[in-house]
Amino acid sequence: MPDGTPLLRVEHLRKVYASGRGEVEAIGDLSFTMDPGELLCVVGPSGCGKTTLLKCLAGLLRPTSGLVEMEGSPVTGPSPAMAVVFQEYGRSLYPWLTVRGNVELPLRHKKLSRAERARLVADALDAVGLPQSARSHPWQLSGGMQQRVAIARAIAYQPDVLIMDEPFAAVDAQTRADLEDLVRELHLTRGISTVFVTHDIDESVYLGQRVLVLSNSPTRVQEDLVIDLPAERDQLTTRALPRFTELRTHVYEQIQRAKRGPVVPSSRAHRP
Amino acid sequence: MTAVGATKARPRDLGVRVAENLLFAVGLPVLAVGLWAVWSTRSTSRFLVGPGTLLDAFRQTWIGPAFVEDVLPSVYRLLIGLFASILLGVAAGVVIGRLRPLREMLEPLLEFFRAIPPPVLIPVAMLLLGITDTMKVVVITSGAIWPILLNTIEGVRSTDSVMLETARSFRISRWDRLWLLILPAASPRIMTGVRQALSVALILMVISEMFASSAGLGYRIAYFQRNYLIAEMWSGILLLGLIGVFLAVAFGVVERRVLRWYHGMKEITRA
Repeated sequence: MPDGTPLLRVEHLRKVYASGRGEVEAIGDLSFTMDPGELLCVVGPSGCGKTTLLKCLAGLLRPTSGLVEMEGSPVTGPSPAMAVVFQEYGRSLYPWLTVRGNVELPLRHKKLSRAERARLVADALDAVGLPQSARSHPWQLSGGMQQRVAIARAIAYQPDVLIMDEPFAAVDAQTRADLEDLVRELHLTRGISTVFVTHDIDESVYLGQRVLVLSNSPTRVQEDLVIDLPAERDQLTTRALPRFTELRTHVYEQIQRAKRGPVVPSSRAHRP
Repeated sequence: MTAVGATKARPRDLGVRVAENLLFAVGLPVLAVGLWAVWSTRSTSRFLVGPGTLLDAFRQTWIGPAFVEDVLPSVYRLLIGLFASILLGVAAGVVIGRLRPLREMLEPLLEFFRAIPPPVLIPVAMLLLGITDTMKVVVITSGAIWPILLNTIEGVRSTDSVMLETARSFRISRWDRLWLLILPAASPRIMTGVRQALSVALILMVISEMFASSAGLGYRIAYFQRNYLIAEMWSGILLLGLIGVFLAVAFGVVERRVLRWYHGMKEITRA
């Protein structure tokens, strides 16, 4: 792969759902790229097609037109290079399997030795801080711990991109802060490229190296914003930085504008 | 020390609780048998017998060669019929439940077949298959399969969409998807179907032996009835009840193992 090839390239993506009352345009015209090792947050008003975008990225939905490219080749279906963490952890983990069984599940069809598989599972559970819960069942754990299991399952799969769909929308505020730090830590220590979809502006600014603000439906890129906060982030000090406040205010304004109506999308890497 | 006193008191409380439970469990049956015994000494009816007579008849009729000649073959056919129903019902249920066009096409037809009382098929089955073990097993299966099939279809159909999407996004193989997602997800419904099938199968076991048969529990009971062997007839009915209870207990043990996750999860969400 030549240097500078983006990991993920989305070009003129458009998705129209056919429904009983006619056609619904979920995504109008989306284009962006993502470099290897990036942590990209996608934020937008509710109902703007974030989940549709994510499913197109993950190969779970076929776009109506346009292109999703992963490492130079088009995405036509679920790819072994991607792992998804869903919002509904309770419905994404299998309650009849133990935590270990759940994390191991996607590895079963990879051609790995038993020892290698066990190592990946143990390593992933270590990484999310749940080494002692391997033999529990998911429903015996708290919501935050269950979402950690889902994250462990995704990283044990060793994807090139981790795709997270509002993963922390259903947990309480403190658990959420811990999980945000976990995502930051996994990104810093393991360099996992991550697309993080959220409706929470603060979360997107705190987590991301870049924030993609989506417009209201039919969805376009409203703004592509570089988050120039230090790489070492901390729930207290980072959120107290004047720059953090500026950035979140800016994203907030953009979303308010996005709600009012479509505008001409601004160029990549814009700085307020 | 109060703590020690408390722990000492606990075993006695437990003993009292067990005794209480036992009293509630066997109290009514013991009372009923007692009343029955008193009543039977005064009754002059030829068709009703007392517990002593019944127990004697039970011992003489069923403990001995009749057990091997009549009871075991019946139970054997019952179990074969049940296993065939489970195997066919679950296999067909998974296929029909997964394929929506097939399901929509078949549903009215399945409802119709389920509505036919299986005993009316016995004469037809006799003509087609002869008076054989196969005929009896087919009759048992033809009735017991419906609750299993329809419950499996429903269970497979309602597999959670996020769980399916998870399997798809991780490219989980067809085989793993069947054994680790679809069947476990449908297992509570499948077990409900099997529970209903147990009683249907027992009824059909008896009925399939009452027509033109020369052995089996159902045949024996019909024989005793026709020959005015009243106590023996009642002892056969008692044996049927015992077989039913035994089946239900065995099923309960299996169900608790298979659905441990399900009961555990329900307990937690209820708490």
